[in-house]
Amino acid sequence: MISQFFVMSQRGDNIVFRDYRGDVQKGSAEIFFRKVKFWKEDGQEEAPPVFNADGVNYFHVKVVGLLFVATTRVNVSPSLVLELLQRIARVIKDYLGVLNEDSLRKNFVLVYELLDEVIDFGYVQSTSTEVLKSYIFNEPIVIDAARLQPLGPASIFMQGTKRMPGTAVTKSVVANEPGGRKREEIFVDIIEKISVTFSSSGYILTSEIDGTIQMKSYLTGNPEIRIALNEDLGIGKGGRSIYDYRSSTGSGAVVLDDCNFHESVRLDSFDTDRTLSLIPPDGEFPVMNYRMTQEFKPPFRINTLIEEAGPLKVISFCFRINTLIEEAGPLKAEVIIKVSAEFSSSITANTIVVEMPLPKYTTRVSFGLEPGAAGQRTDFKEATKRLEWGLKKIVGGSEHTLRAKLTFSQETHGNITKESGPVNMTFTIPMYNASRLQVKYLQIAKKSSTYNPYRWVRYVTQANSYVARI
Amino acid sequence: MAPPAQSQRTQSPSQPSGKGEVSDLKTQLRQLAGSRAPGVDDSKRELFKKVISYMTIGIDVSSVFGEMVMCSVTPDIVLKKMCYLYVGNYAKVNPDLALLTINFLQRDCKDQDPMIRGLALRSLCSLRVANLVEYLVGPLGLGLKDSNSYVRTVAVFGVLKLYHISASTCIDEEFPLTLKHLMHNDPDAQVVANCLTALQEIWSAEASNSEDASREREALISKPVIYYFLNRMKVFSEWSQCIVLELVSKYVPSDNNEIFDIMNLLEDRLQHANGAVVLATIKVFLHLTLSMNDVHQQVYERIKAPLLTLYNEPSYVKKLKLEMLTAVANESNTYEIVTELCEYAANVDIPIARESIRAVGKIALQQYDVNAIVDRLLQFLEMEKDYVTAEALVLVKDLLRKYPQWSQDCIAVVGSISSNNVQEPKAKAALIWMLGEYSQEMHDAPYILESLIENWDEEHSAEVRLHLLTAVMKCFFKRAPETQKALGAALSAGLADFHQDVHDRALFYYRLLQYNVSVAESVVNPPKQAVSVFADTQSSEIKDRIFDEFNSLSVVYQKPSYMFTDKEHRGPFEFSDELGNLSIGAEAAENVAPALMVEANDKDLLLSTSEEEEIKGPAYNGSAYSAPLYDASSPSVSSLSMQSELAISNPILSGNASQSSFAIDDLLGLVPASAPAPAPLPPQLKLNSKAALDPGTFQQKWRQLSLALSQDFTLSPQGVAALTTPQTLLRHMQGHSIHCIASGGQSPNFKFFFFAQKAEEPSNYLVECIINTSSTKAQIKIKADDQTTSQAFSDLFQSALSKFGLS
Repeated sequence: MISQFFVMSQRGDNIVFRDYRGDVQKGSAEIFFRKVKFWKEDGQEEAPPVFNADGVNYFHVKVVGLLFVATTRVNVSPSLVLELLQRIARVIKDYLGVLNEDSLRKNFVLVYELLDEVIDFGYVQSTSTEVLKSYIFNEPIVIDAARLQPLGPASIFMQGTKRMPGTAVTKSVVANEPGGRKREEIFVDIIEKISVTFSSSGYILTSEIDGTIQMKSYLTGNPEIRIALNEDLGIGKGGRSIYDYRSSTGSGAVVLDDCNFHESVRLDSFDTDRTLSLIPPDGEFPVMNYRMTQEFKPPFRINTLIEEAGPLKVISFCFRINTLIEEAGPLKAEVIIKVSAEFSSSITANTIVVEMPLPKYTTRVSFGLEPGAAGQRTDFKEATKRLEWGLKKIVGGSEHTLRAKLTFSQETHGNITKESGPVNMTFTIPMYNASRLQVKYLQIAKKSSTYNPYRWVRYVTQANSYVARI
Repeated sequence: MAPPAQSQRTQSPSQPSGKGEVSDLKTQLRQLAGSRAPGVDDSKRELFKKVISYMTIGIDVSSVFGEMVMCSVTPDIVLKKMCYLYVGNYAKVNPDLALLTINFLQRDCKDQDPMIRGLALRSLCSLRVANLVEYLVGPLGLGLKDSNSYVRTVAVFGVLKLYHISASTCIDEEFPLTLKHLMHNDPDAQVVANCLTALQEIWSAEASNSEDASREREALISKPVIYYFLNRMKVFSEWSQCIVLELVSKYVPSDNNEIFDIMNLLEDRLQHANGAVVLATIKVFLHLTLSMNDVHQQVYERIKAPLLTLYNEPSYVKKLKLEMLTAVANESNTYEIVTELCEYAANVDIPIARESIRAVGKIALQQYDVNAIVDRLLQFLEMEKDYVTAEALVLVKDLLRKYPQWSQDCIAVVGSISSNNVQEPKAKAALIWMLGEYSQEMHDAPYILESLIENWDEEHSAEVRLHLLTAVMKCFFKRAPETQKALGAALSAGLADFHQDVHDRALFYYRLLQYNVSVAESVVNPPKQAVSVFADTQSSEIKDRIFDEFNSLSVVYQKPSYMFTDKEHRGPFEFSDELGNLSIGAEAAENVAPALMVEANDKDLLLSTSEEEEIKGPAYNGSAYSAPLYDASSPSVSSLSMQSELAISNPILSGNASQSSFAIDDLLGLVPASAPAPAPLPPQLKLNSKAALDPGTFQQKWRQLSLALSQDFTLSPQGVAALTTPQTLLRHMQGHSIHCIASGGQSPNFKFFFFAQKAEEPSNYLVECIINTSSTKAQIKIKADDQTTSQAFSDLFQSALSKFGLS
């Protein structure tokens, strides 16, 4: 049971504020914002999603830079409230098409309307976009999706020239198309977040995939849908520890550690032929979430080499070491980072960023890119002593190298390697999935012989934590 | 609806405007109110939106109340909704104005459109104005009987809202009984779920006033009701499922078959995509299997995979993993674990890096292979990352307190750290502590301290300044000539300090030195023993309580709920936990009756003593420590928990009258004149029925006080039979004003810590009680503030214990 729900902008403005029970003071939003902004407890730099201040429990999740917050005085289930906040954000997005500060401000009356039906007297009534439809009367004021930044949710699936309709993910479930006609289409997205840790010698220490099959349906009349996955898909292995899965190295079958399903999914024939059937509710929802620790081929290999350059043996009787350095020239080292893309050349990864912390006493870094390099940028973040290398895209099978010459302010203790790294990489690879889990077909129960809606099955892999130790 | 004109949308609500705009709105609204011109609704919508946008950002627009109400005479549902929202927001602060809305809301409650009926009813009940209650009753009664399920779901919560505005009206109109009927008969799942929610709240709040309510509350977790809900599980929405699962987690099945049936039925809930459902299910599983060790372990195995799939948020999970690594560290794996943790110390994610260093320290303090760890920690100090140095300093300090033998190695490295590079107060304090403690070994100690004292005014942390005072004192006794000047400077700076503690400590040292230098030395620099266990490690009793409150904030905060939830909010809403932990199947109502009077009395008494909330609170939310008082007078409850069905058909009557009257007398501070027969006569020692003692104080006292009394005696067979879980005894003892602070164990061995307080004075009795049910022996150790009365207390304790299980 919650007392209040509100959405705050990054600057601390209330965009919507709903009080359900009246037992938490009105100034709670301000208190919350001050707490979060100046959070400095037990060495954490960011406020945890749940905290207590003066007997009031504050829950929050961040969605597209907005803070979705709930308060209560009661000892509630934290998983319930956090899940609820996520769901509210999702429902609002379903209605508004695009979820951001602008769309919320333009549609706050609609959002209040939703909030009144989602929660009554602090208790959740429904978060189903489908169910809520019959209670909502405001029409969304759709904001211009074209004005969204290019890295927004719509673009992650774009793969070169094979453009997916970018508007699809930003289309409201209730608003009509500009032409007044609804396009019959359904999207099934396989989104995987991968975590890999490489040892300094390049071995994979840990690897994990967190995946979700997301669906968004714009089909009228909600026909039944069948989704077929890999026939040889395995799930769990009766109580064996995850380490046992490792032994079956990459041979054929995809084995998930575990998965869960949306409540609309029927698993009648899942055990026999790995098909899921469901009548998709309106709005975006995860059909299935899964997790895999089975070994997979990582999309990128990272090699890092650090060389201490220039012998700087200074033999002198001077008192102050500073003068010595000036006399002898600056101390230096060179870092060479090589990234190789180990996936098919028909696939291109985009928005790649490689990061590496450098020793604290680094004062200057000069970068050398390979000849003919395009769409790359390099940066040395002075404040955090971090090297950053950004690449717009990497084509499968290619290899890229960065050379960085470091200048130090003092003599090293002889172990630059210990004081720098690990290398951290983020990327997005459209139309690629590391787990090899596939949607083999997507069947829509036919209403008539001419009924042939658009079906989009899209894959994307993103780095969750991609770390190479040095 | 046409999209609004751009000009109207460009307003920036974050810039609160003045009163002028509000009065503009007022004028415009007034003009529109009577108008029937085409398109007037669209104009109204725009104005209403403005009003609500002002309301959201906190501008007071209550002055347009009348105009808003006038404008709401419209069939336009969007307008109506906005008006309801507005009215709901301002009615409470403007009860006179709220009266204006009653008419149109009541009319809307009879609208043809069920949507409007529902909305109007919800708004009507949300006004939260006490003097409008009479207007709610009629529409609510109709709403509960409405043919449309939406209206009924709204009406059910309407009853709950009415209860919070005027409990007596709600009860007098017998609305709860209507809800009970709906809960069992309504075809709509949401109506049923709302009834359950509302009834839980109402009946737990009422339980202290009414015997019926208390009985109804117990009935919710009786077998028929639980099965009714379990069998319909899948028709409920995911959120309602959570409510049902919470209810089920309080149910105590009669045998193992029932437990397995329930678990099999709920097994597929573990695969639900909603984390709240999964965790609520896990709670049911964990609580059901508490008595079955093997199965309980299997449950842990079973929930591992679903839990991992739910949570993949890196930094929190990483933090937990670090905690787990420290938990599983032992002799054979320390080296690997510490090596892995050291990798994270250089992590880009600074909180994780800090956490890792702390983890290394924790392992070091666990005494495994300290050798290798000290080296690592010292390497951290040399890493030249300020946060790494800071964390490592704090750890080295703790390490030295536990293993002084490492001082040589550590001091050498610590000595090379420039105090200028240490900024974090905790780390600085640690460094200063080491400077003081090892000033003999650290060459520069007096001079470093001196330079720190010179910068006294720039030191913002009082903690650091306090440490500085103590360190310079310690240093002075070891190297007086070199430190004298610094000490003088520190004391005068301390005396002028604006921080009370710093000032007081400086003054204290100053006077101490004035009084006698050698006494001062023995105070400041006494011979120290190595610390064997640090006090902040959480007691297993606390952990047990947190486990009892699984799937609540207690787990997140790592504190039992009484430590962070205030009194009134542990009340009615926490109905849940209370029953869950106490494992009451179905309490025999006959037992409850007199006891309720006790609780009512108790409530009145509480009004005057605010500090008693520690005890009063848990009485509602039912922690393992202090169970509700009413249970105390029903010693048969414990045995009932095993035989819930039996208890209903076989009310146990004997012996209750005297028991409960005893409890009342006791509460009121009277001498129990006619104590029941089988026990040794209770001596003339009166105990405070609402004594409070926090676990920390208890622990401290237990350590300080010497043993007053130690006795063994035999337990009655009934007592042994009744002692199935520690909770049963706690409740019994509380009826005798003996409170439990911690308990644990499983059949046949139980261990309890009790405390009691004299009625007239804050004199405490602390008891450690170990019971072995197979040998039927109890062993007690008593410590007391007033040792002369410990025998009297022991008699009282034995007399209370001997009545346990008698029915």
